[in-house]
Amino acid sequence: MARSISQRRKTINTVLAWSLGLLIFFPILWTILTSFKTEGDAIAYPPKFLFFDWTLENYAIVQERSNYMRYLWNSVIIAGGSTLLGILVAVPAAWSMAFVPSRRTKDILMWMLSTKMLPAVGVLYPIYLLFIKLGLLDTRTGLVIVLMLINLPIIVWMLYTYFKEIPAEILEAARMDGAGLKDEILHVLTPMAIPGIASTILLNFILAWNEAFWTLNLTAAQAGTLTAFIASYSSPEGLFYAKLSAASTMAIAPILILGWFSQKQLVRGLTFGAVK
Amino acid sequence: MKMTLRALLGASVSLALAGGVMAETITIATVNNGDMIRMQGYTDDFTAKTGHTVEWVTLEENVLRERVTTDITTKGGQFDIMTIGMYETPIWGKNGWLVPLNDLSADYDAADILPAMAGGLSYDGTLYAAPFYGESSMVMYRTDLMQKAGLTMPEAPTWAFIREAAAKMTDRANDINGICLRGKAGWGEGGAFITAMSNSFGARWFDENWKPTFDSEAWANTVNFFKGMMDESGPAGYATNGFNENLSLFQQGKCGMWIDATVAASFVTNPADSTVADRVGFALAPDNGLGKRSNWLWAWALAIPAGTQKEAAAKQFIEWATSKDYIELVAAKEGWANVPPGARTSLYQNPEYQKVPFAKMTLDSILSADPTQPTVDPVPYVGIQFAAIPEFAGIATDVSQEFSNAYAGQQTVEEALAKAQALATEAMEAAGY
Repeated sequence: MARSISQRRKTINTVLAWSLGLLIFFPILWTILTSFKTEGDAIAYPPKFLFFDWTLENYAIVQERSNYMRYLWNSVIIAGGSTLLGILVAVPAAWSMAFVPSRRTKDILMWMLSTKMLPAVGVLYPIYLLFIKLGLLDTRTGLVIVLMLINLPIIVWMLYTYFKEIPAEILEAARMDGAGLKDEILHVLTPMAIPGIASTILLNFILAWNEAFWTLNLTAAQAGTLTAFIASYSSPEGLFYAKLSAASTMAIAPILILGWFSQKQLVRGLTFGAVK
Repeated sequence: MKMTLRALLGASVSLALAGGVMAETITIATVNNGDMIRMQGYTDDFTAKTGHTVEWVTLEENVLRERVTTDITTKGGQFDIMTIGMYETPIWGKNGWLVPLNDLSADYDAADILPAMAGGLSYDGTLYAAPFYGESSMVMYRTDLMQKAGLTMPEAPTWAFIREAAAKMTDRANDINGICLRGKAGWGEGGAFITAMSNSFGARWFDENWKPTFDSEAWANTVNFFKGMMDESGPAGYATNGFNENLSLFQQGKCGMWIDATVAASFVTNPADSTVADRVGFALAPDNGLGKRSNWLWAWALAIPAGTQKEAAAKQFIEWATSKDYIELVAAKEGWANVPPGARTSLYQNPEYQKVPFAKMTLDSILSADPTQPTVDPVPYVGIQFAAIPEFAGIATDVSQEFSNAYAGQQTVEEALAKAQALATEAMEAAGY
């Protein structure tokens, strides 16, 4: 009896999980489907789900009109560079907060998080002027720095949470065995926190990849990322939904594939320490 | 011999100078719409003629506005040419942010630019942006549904006729709405439409002392008429419909009439996208018997930000893109219906272009718009669907939001107008008017 209830519950849970998953995925699925429609079919009412004239024309037009590879490469460099730079800064910061806390550590963490509450547009002009002075406008270097700084509070918070789960005694033992600070962080702490660091890297890579405010406002022709690529297909005067969907699909495809292959690592990292 | 040597030397210097200019790569910020995208496709022609290459930064209209405004106010220097509209041009020209375009070549024939366009893109008599294409607004209607309703669309209809026709064309059972209009919040969306409409009702944004006038009877008549007509004959959810939503509805045969940008005429008559392409007629935007029609005037134009290092090359591009030759290039490759409209007088004198079904109505609409005297009573501002002051965009976005809320039934028209009056008064006083 107990077994049959358990089986039924399992089935219900599975159905619910799939339903929820499909609901969450539906906007992406709809975007992908629209990318294969003509502009007429894209706006048809009632909407056409699967039975329409499938076409690759939108992809051909997007490929012809835009230099996709340049946007893609910029996205890879900027998202990757800002994430790696962030990790380099955040690991020592999180280590000190987790293992050598002061009376103000919690306050500092909260203050760091509070910087995320400031609307980005509030600092657009100061940063823009700074970029003009430093010659960083429309450069990948400038965006790597800005995106690193923007995501740094999240990186530090995530790593701090993971590091707190590691018993301090292990690090003490390493110190007693003669490990210096560098060895302690590189050879003792980091291997134990690999799942956490990996998920932090992945999450921040996704955040940087999807960032649209700074990548649109600080770039022009050279350092534009895939968000600028998508923005070039949106228009309030003219129907470009199918082409916009094709551009969006091309922009999200790399990150979807990355997320698909790394989902086990991502979930493992995100649930690290959640169940004790 | 001396003369020959001097001539040779002069020619060498000229070539060297020209060579310096020819090596340029200019960066152009532009908006994503059909005519601009088409222009990008012909960049090779410009490069072949001048040697310059072009880097395009194409953005959605609102993003473009934010982007170019940030750059020009901070002198960021990211762009050598910016695509801007009639709203920004006089303000930026007045501030000295744009390079005057009063020295374009004789071949360019600046006098050929439609006077309404040249006037809207000038400040103090100096042209600061060259129109790439211009538009007004007009009535686009279904000839079959009009006939079925037993009516004939006049060339210059009144609002009373439009309301009557909309009611008769409405067929809810077959999902046909008599009229589709913009109700969406935003100064360039529903805000533009209701402002242009208000002119025909004798309303104005500000009196001669820059005091907002939403507490006037003319404004109450405008918004009540709009809401009444749309509630009777408009599509469900019209409060959130903008240009694209209405275009989509019209192309699918769900609108009897649509009053919007003249540039939409080429979309709704294109059989590739429109299911009603062969059943569309055109008429002037309606009036109310007060001497002013409800059509607007707009141009997307190319301007050079002051301080660019590539001014000469940028001017060459503008001369190329807004020239008669460019229009002929597009006509030869894609047909006369696809040339950028509304910028040059000579286009409308061309017999081939006169065969395009919407050409005459577009010209008539543009010619009937006067940005310097937009409404019945005198006003201190220039602009038909906007007032060319920096504060307008912010105020009009908030005002149009209040109107949208009224269309959606979240508040009464009277409440919306009272809020509009209060917020506009506060903003104008804060700005020092």
